Amino acid sequence: MKIVLSQDITSAIKKMCMEICVCLDQKALAKLKHAREIEDSQATAFALDIMIKNADIAKKTSSPLCQDTGMVVVFVDMGQDVRIKGGYIEDAINQGVKEAYQEGYFRKSVLDPISRENTWDNTPAVIHYNIIKGSEFCLSVMAKGFGSENMSRLFMLTPSEGIEGIKKAVIETIKDANAKPCPPVVVGVGVGGTMEKAALLSKKALFRGLDSKNEDPILNDLEEQLLEEINLLGIGAQGLGGKTTALKVFIEKYPTHIAGLPVAVTVQCHAVRHNSITL
Amino acid sequence: MKRISTPIDKEIIKTLKKGDIVLLSGTMYTARDAAHKKMLDILRNTGEVPLKGQTLYYAGPCPPKPQECVGSIGPTSSYRMDDYTPIFLENGILSTIGKGQRAQKVHDAIKKYGGVHFDAIGGAGAYYKSCVTSCETVFFPELGAEAVYKLEIKDFPCIVSIV
Ligand code: SF4
Repeated sequence: MKIVLSQDITSAIKKMCMEICVCLDQKALAKLKHAREIEDSQATAFALDIMIKNADIAKKTSSPLCQDTGMVVVFVDMGQDVRIKGGYIEDAINQGVKEAYQEGYFRKSVLDPISRENTWDNTPAVIHYNIIKGSEFCLSVMAKGFGSENMSRLFMLTPSEGIEGIKKAVIETIKDANAKPCPPVVVGVGVGGTMEKAALLSKKALFRGLDSKNEDPILNDLEEQLLEEINLLGIGAQGLGGKTTALKVFIEKYPTHIAGLPVAVTVQCHAVRHNSITL
Repeated sequence: MKRISTPIDKEIIKTLKKGDIVLLSGTMYTARDAAHKKMLDILRNTGEVPLKGQTLYYAGPCPPKPQECVGSIGPTSSYRMDDYTPIFLENGILSTIGKGQRAQKVHDAIKKYGGVHFDAIGGAGAYYKSCVTSCETVFFPELGAEAVYKLEIKDFPCIVSIV
């Protein structure tokens, strides 16, 4: 059996939150630079230049990349042979979020959905637990901004709509979102399962490296096709028109029911902020 | 690239075209959804909108670190202000800055009252912070990040989106 201390969970969450909010994912930065190189439109190239300079200033001055430092989403992959000692795991995670958002001078954006009263420490995080085999304990953290989260969507398609239906759902989501989710975006797609499973897959998909390929050749093809089609929409950085509307599409699937085809699309802005650690 | 002073003069607005890249310097005020709602209440009660003639920036900053005047401060989505903007334009707030597309009624009102709307670069919070030289809370401090802050800015980059 492996023991994981709750205080180590708190410090891992804190450290990751403090890093991701300030330091742009390096693969995202490389993709933004590439988008800048191939861009012809003057206004769009200007916007991309500012995004690239922003990443540099944020890192040098330890300032948040974006003022919307997001709601924290945590995926816990916990081996069934792991035991947590020292306190309740959920409290340990939220304590890490709280300390990071206070000490990092990040914006506190989390509130009660009905009274709209702010919790003033950006907690609680949205936490998903997954029990795995063995004794690994892995934490994956994302700071999710809501300009892009608000553009995310769920489609309960019929089986007859098939792959074309999936493509249509993704394209429609990005087209309707237009400039609102701060393009160039990254698109997470979850296909199958039930309603909530599809949504979870679409979020978890965003943790894959921006330079990675899908191990499933059919999904990899679909990812490439969708990326090409999204970029033909011509929305461009900040909706100013241009060649790069999305940096990457990720698709994850899970078996579903004979009567259904759930498809969820999570839209992620160019401020790609996530990280994982194994304790 | 054009350099423009804020608040923006009505005559200057006439010289702008969609797609122009501009650098703004001068004074502007932040206002998001919650502040818009309160400003509308004041307009209804007193007949005058606060910040008449000023430039509004749709933004809610991060808190400043010690020795800083403001935290990261990029634009928020403009569409959430669409219900308020036409009536504010009618009452003399002619220039606004945000991100993302806006409703047709905002386009129509901007044309009607001779206003201008700029797109700032979403997600560039740290860059915009470096353009702010001073920041003070002027209205609704209870709203925290959503309060109205008076900003002095220098070479604040944005793009004319509706004029
Ligand atoms: S969508 Fe992303 S980049 Fe845009 S304001 Fe929100 S968090 Fe920042």
